[in-house]
Amino acid sequence: MESYNSTNISEFKNVWVFCEQRGGKLMPTTLELISEGRKLADELGVDLCGLLLGKDVEGLCKELGGHGANKIYLCDSPLLETYTTDAYTKVIVDCVEEYKPEIMVFGASNIGRDLAPRCAARLHTGLCADCTHLDVDMPIYKDFLKESSTLAPEKIDGLGTALVLGEKHDVSRDLKMTRPAFGGHLMATIICPRFRPAMATVRPGVMKLSAYDEAKAVAVSVERPAFALSDSDLKTRVREVVKATRELVDLTGADVVVSVGRGIGKDVEKGIALAEELASVLGGVVGGSRAAIDSGWLPADHQVGQTGKTVHPKMYFALGISGAIQHKAGMQDSENIIAVNKNSAAPIFEIADYGICGDLFKVVPLLIESFKEEQQSK
Amino acid sequence: MKAIVCVKQVPDTSGKVAVNPDGTLDRASMLTIVNPDDMNAVEAALKLKDETGCKVVVVTMGPPPAEGMLRQLMAMGADEGVLVSAREFGGSDTFATSQILAAALNKMGLDPDDVVFCGRQAIDGDTAQVGPQIAEKLGMPQISYVADIHKEGSVIVCKRMLEDGYMMVETQTPCLLTCIKELNQPRYMSILGIKDCYTKPVTVYDYNALKDDPLIDPTTIGLKGSPTNILTSFTPPLKGVGMMLEGTGKSTTDQLVGMLAAKHVI
Amino acid sequence: MALQYTKEQKMLRALVKEFADKEVGPRAAEMDRNESMDPTLLKMLGDLGFMGLGIPVEYGGAGMGMMEKSIVVEELARKDAATAEVMSVHNMAYLAILKHGSEELKQKFLPIAAKGGIAAFALTEPSAGSDAAGVQTTAVADGDDYIINGSKCFISNMGPQEGSFVTVLVSTDPSKGSKGFSAIVVERGTPGFTIGKREEKLGIRAADVSELIFEDCRVPKANLVGAEGKGFGYFMEALDSGRIGMASQALGIAEEALDLSIEYLKVRVQFGKPLSKQQGLQWYLADMGTKVEAARALIYEAASDMDRGDPVGKIAAIAKYYASEIGVQVTDKALQLHSGYGYMRDYPLERMYRDARIIPIYEGTSEIQKIIISRELLK
Repeated sequence: MESYNSTNISEFKNVWVFCEQRGGKLMPTTLELISEGRKLADELGVDLCGLLLGKDVEGLCKELGGHGANKIYLCDSPLLETYTTDAYTKVIVDCVEEYKPEIMVFGASNIGRDLAPRCAARLHTGLCADCTHLDVDMPIYKDFLKESSTLAPEKIDGLGTALVLGEKHDVSRDLKMTRPAFGGHLMATIICPRFRPAMATVRPGVMKLSAYDEAKAVAVSVERPAFALSDSDLKTRVREVVKATRELVDLTGADVVVSVGRGIGKDVEKGIALAEELASVLGGVVGGSRAAIDSGWLPADHQVGQTGKTVHPKMYFALGISGAIQHKAGMQDSENIIAVNKNSAAPIFEIADYGICGDLFKVVPLLIESFKEEQQSK
Repeated sequence: MKAIVCVKQVPDTSGKVAVNPDGTLDRASMLTIVNPDDMNAVEAALKLKDETGCKVVVVTMGPPPAEGMLRQLMAMGADEGVLVSAREFGGSDTFATSQILAAALNKMGLDPDDVVFCGRQAIDGDTAQVGPQIAEKLGMPQISYVADIHKEGSVIVCKRMLEDGYMMVETQTPCLLTCIKELNQPRYMSILGIKDCYTKPVTVYDYNALKDDPLIDPTTIGLKGSPTNILTSFTPPLKGVGMMLEGTGKSTTDQLVGMLAAKHVI
Repeated sequence: MALQYTKEQKMLRALVKEFADKEVGPRAAEMDRNESMDPTLLKMLGDLGFMGLGIPVEYGGAGMGMMEKSIVVEELARKDAATAEVMSVHNMAYLAILKHGSEELKQKFLPIAAKGGIAAFALTEPSAGSDAAGVQTTAVADGDDYIINGSKCFISNMGPQEGSFVTVLVSTDPSKGSKGFSAIVVERGTPGFTIGKREEKLGIRAADVSELIFEDCRVPKANLVGAEGKGFGYFMEALDSGRIGMASQALGIAEEALDLSIEYLKVRVQFGKPLSKQQGLQWYLADMGTKVEAARALIYEAASDMDRGDPVGKIAAIAKYYASEIGVQVTDKALQLHSGYGYMRDYPLERMYRDARIIPIYEGTSEIQKIIISRELLK
């Protein structure tokens, strides 16, 4: 690699996706990234390549091809069976130095976020963490900004260059990596104009999965790069990997809280069962208003509100909760409040982002169905 | 033996976040706190001190007022502080920041039995990159997302969290660990700690203090040394008044789920 | 002079604020309901060094002054007045030993107090309330011991979770009136010393207030604080410091009541707009805010005077009188602003309103403070 220099921009070509697998199975994010990578590669007019590390994982190449990869670089070794920072970094850096991709994306999983920074530091290039939007094509990027930002349209139309080290730099072929900061209060688009590959980790579940295409799957080419890896390269050792279903998080830390109130009174058992089902579909937990706790429908540690817990999940469902001020005090900072209540004048609708005025016993089963369908479509 | 903790002072985003009209963060009007994950890193280091009697050094890069945060950590029990502060270091992205912090760690001198602790990620940038990048630049093994630590002689064994479980990982010192909140419950400052914290040493590393390190070069630090640039920053559309959906049927619930999906909430 | 907090004092306030938010606030309602301090909370206060705040370093404390004690009591009181009361009484109760005790006595009791052994202070008797000179409990010398007989009432900090030792004001020479009073330290568990009826109270319900009974209670003469016949002076001196502590407690409650009111008026919508847009209610807030700041100025003036070694009899009485009165006024107004919600136990105001009411009564009623103030003015 004597000639490798991350600033020789013109030597770099193609879009790469790090194909994370665990226990011989692809992580769902990998296929989302392949789908998104295809789009970026098409905008640039280059190939989309997957970089797959593992032991006996050749069988996964076809699936990657079916979602859009032209080529898979396959690095197969017993030392790559289980993820270790050192082994994976070494092999990835060797491959990047050999083949010089211009873009490389990783899933922002606990592994991707361990690996990508280490690779970027060794390769001397930029890395943007936990992206929720990627663009190359400027018109598409501008459309995205018009829809998702409060920037003035004139300002958006004027975008095209960035001031890089005091000089105007044309960003039309740069990867534009958009990510939330400060807990989502601000968004920023990051570029990596002077170094290659431009690297990003991408938030799982954000990119749309494309349809599987058997013809493409069959057509995918597989290349096995030469790499040198020995036991002595590994400075950490994995003693064991333990699979565990996610422990029930407490209300305060939950991303999704489904709360019930007096409105479940006509059939408490069913009301709670519905809340639990909705929560389990979304990986959330069940909470309750004071009415639900005082009536003995839920244990006291489930209470949300002034005398209970204060929560700020990504999604808060208020089912049959009128929205007394004590309750609001515990949940009004939730990112998305979804209220279902029979009474259209219920104060909960004043702070809800989305309100459905109706019988929760009818609405919630449909809602569960809609969420399940959405999940299956991904 | 030293337990070195890299910490960052961040705006408190748990309360109200103030944004300037131009879309940048109004830092002046926000309170600053020690980055929450970094508090777990500090606690891990103090536990190591409780067990082994090692010295705990807290390091931060930031403007001079960040010394106040170091004093606070000393009131919890840290022994020394290092403030890395220079105009040349401003504007650094994660690559350049880790370059500077790695040089600072070299400057203080790393021993074979040292352990470097970082928080998993900072709440202002949420990148989780600086820890691993410091480890890379120091040629040190790293274990990230650490939820439990055992020391067996010179071997450090950690429970490293994954989305679907965990790994038990071991490594030798010197090493770098990034800590998550499940690891521990940070202790409070103590009254005696507050009394003594201003008598403990804080060393300031400015550009001159670090410039002889090969990691420090005008092309690798500060704005010039940062591979990434901000093209635009913006605020997402304001949360409007809530929306009442029409109807109570399946088309209504589909519409709701569709809108949540479009916002990447699900 | 303009009040300047040191860096350490600012840091101390940040610590107490965090501690009060995380540990005290969440326990307050339950401790009030159960009429009992949570022993875990008391242990934490000891472990973090709060109990040794004013005890010199050589006896295991932090050697801080009245300013720091006031900061701690104020911030604790924001979240729970009962916890603040335990702390405030403790701070005052070891003072006689600290200032006048023999080295042996200091070596024995101050490290206990610094580590979290709670101290109590017994003056009031059924016949000695505002007229402290009516003390009838006696201590009679007998060889190397004193034998104490009598009873004390309304004594804080001797509940089952509290009280390691109590400094008791006794008469060693009934012929001399208050000039025959002496201060003697009695440890919990000393034979002949029992704790009687626990009072049921309107407020600060978690903090214990009990009757202490001494029946032929034998304590070594070494437990005498300072000299015989000087006890009354020691107690009065401790009370000066106690008054600043109690004033800080009232300030903390009033501040929190004001903050809760501001928050509530901003979010509570009636007649189509937040209550905070109603000028009539804005003026209530202005009054409350003025009173809180005035109390704060008096308290920290008194505390810094004390730390400089200046006499504080008058200013401490003024601070206690004013802060305790506005504590009642501000919580009352805050409750009114919260209307129905304020009256309900779901909100802390109901408790704060009850808690605030004791402060114009204990450690010298407002009327006693006025006697002290006017006596100083007419000097």
